[in-house]
Amino acid sequence: MKVQISSERCQGHGRCYDLAPGLFGEDDEGYGMVLGDGIVPPGQEREARLAVSNCPEHAVELLEET
Amino acid sequence: MAGDERFTDDYRDRPDQPLGTRNEIITGPVSDWATDFSHLEPEWSADPYPIQDDLRQRCPIAHTERFGGGWLPTRYEDVAAIAYDTERFSSRAIIMSNFRPPRELAPVGGSPPISSDPPFHHEARKLLLPAFTKAAVGRQEPATRALCHSLIDAFEGRDVVDAAGDYAQHIPMRVIADMLGFPPEDGPQFRTFVENTLEGVNLPPDERIARMTKLFDYLVAQVHDHLDHPREDLTTYLINAELHGRKLEPAHVVGTLVLLLIAGIDTTWSAIGASLWHLAKTPRDRERLVAEPGLLPAATEEFLRAYAPVTMARLVQEDMQWRGAGMKADDWILLSFPAANRDPAQFDRADEVIIDRQANRHAAFGLGIHRCVGSHLARMELRTALEAWLERIPEFTLDDPSAVTWSAGQIRGPRTLPLRIR
Repeated sequence: MKVQISSERCQGHGRCYDLAPGLFGEDDEGYGMVLGDGIVPPGQEREARLAVSNCPEHAVELLEET
Repeated sequence: MAGDERFTDDYRDRPDQPLGTRNEIITGPVSDWATDFSHLEPEWSADPYPIQDDLRQRCPIAHTERFGGGWLPTRYEDVAAIAYDTERFSSRAIIMSNFRPPRELAPVGGSPPISSDPPFHHEARKLLLPAFTKAAVGRQEPATRALCHSLIDAFEGRDVVDAAGDYAQHIPMRVIADMLGFPPEDGPQFRTFVENTLEGVNLPPDERIARMTKLFDYLVAQVHDHLDHPREDLTTYLINAELHGRKLEPAHVVGTLVLLLIAGIDTTWSAIGASLWHLAKTPRDRERLVAEPGLLPAATEEFLRAYAPVTMARLVQEDMQWRGAGMKADDWILLSFPAANRDPAQFDRADEVIIDRQANRHAAFGLGIHRCVGSHLARMELRTALEAWLERIPEFTLDDPSAVTWSAGQIRGPRTLPLRIR
């Protein structure tokens, strides 16, 4: 499972780094950034899904590995 | 220090300024909310939600001839589409009133960046973003918490307090005064400025202009004080800030100060007050939050959704048919994020307050490029204010529900909120 942020859509609401601080951070202007490679470590799946379902701009995406 | 030439003469005295347009002011009871809405009437202030819910079902884009003509979308998808469409809907004015600023004011507008359109908007906004990141506003948190506790300390010996006037309003006022470097004792003036700007829209033009002039006079005086005594604050930052290698126009500096002062106060004051109002009348939620403080972040988001304080406005650029509405150039759009946030097509149990709601894509801070630049600050203040209150005053009730009063206009929150605290 991997998270990514669409920089086109992100407006810096910060819901992702509020809800999943292990997966996302903010840049110098408050826009969301994926920390590291975006691979969701075991145990952080719930936070990843919360980040997706609380982004007002639909900017956070979850890629389920097949 | 030698005067900054931008501010030596009053920049407002320039001749040949294009004029805006004024329309007849219409007040009084609304005949039909679908064809004659007004967000300045007492019925709306008291409880806008049933009106919005009704319109959403039967309309869903209401119209009014008041304010020179305007539209009120009530569905989430319509509010979102307009927020994203900065080509056809201008932010040249964002307070729906009886005055439309001249088209020449775009793309900067009177209070950049909230009043700006692309491409200027992006540059003006970029100047402000670093000061309002979550990390940057986090530095205000200890002082904010200390202020909340000192306000509660002052309740000693009282059974009933006004949570709006004695608590909520002071928190954003002090925080923004500190950030701008304005004297904290000027707080009572800020309240007057806020009320004049946001609630005075139906006053006769001369009176409205006179009151707005006082706000600008105050801010110009603050700029002069900062020119004489530069310090580490947002006002000095704006005075020194540059775009394309040039310092900002004086109207930009003062317009942004208007934005930060006005938008930073009324909004958060409203959010804190509405949250305490909800908890005072909903013992189940209050008891649960006291018992499970870890729920507070989710609860604050739910309060922001259900009681979103801020409605914005836009101006239609050109005549067009838009989703069945025959819009005319310069018609207002009353962009109700509160109505969007209660759309059952977007939210399960939209009309209920569910303090542990998991998926909450609410639009309380707007959508698209104009996302509230102070949202991280507002969230910090709201969370800190509620944390301190619940820690110190876990039991409280509405002293007299009929004594609660709400602000009129585009920012909605309690202005009198008597709570019994022991």
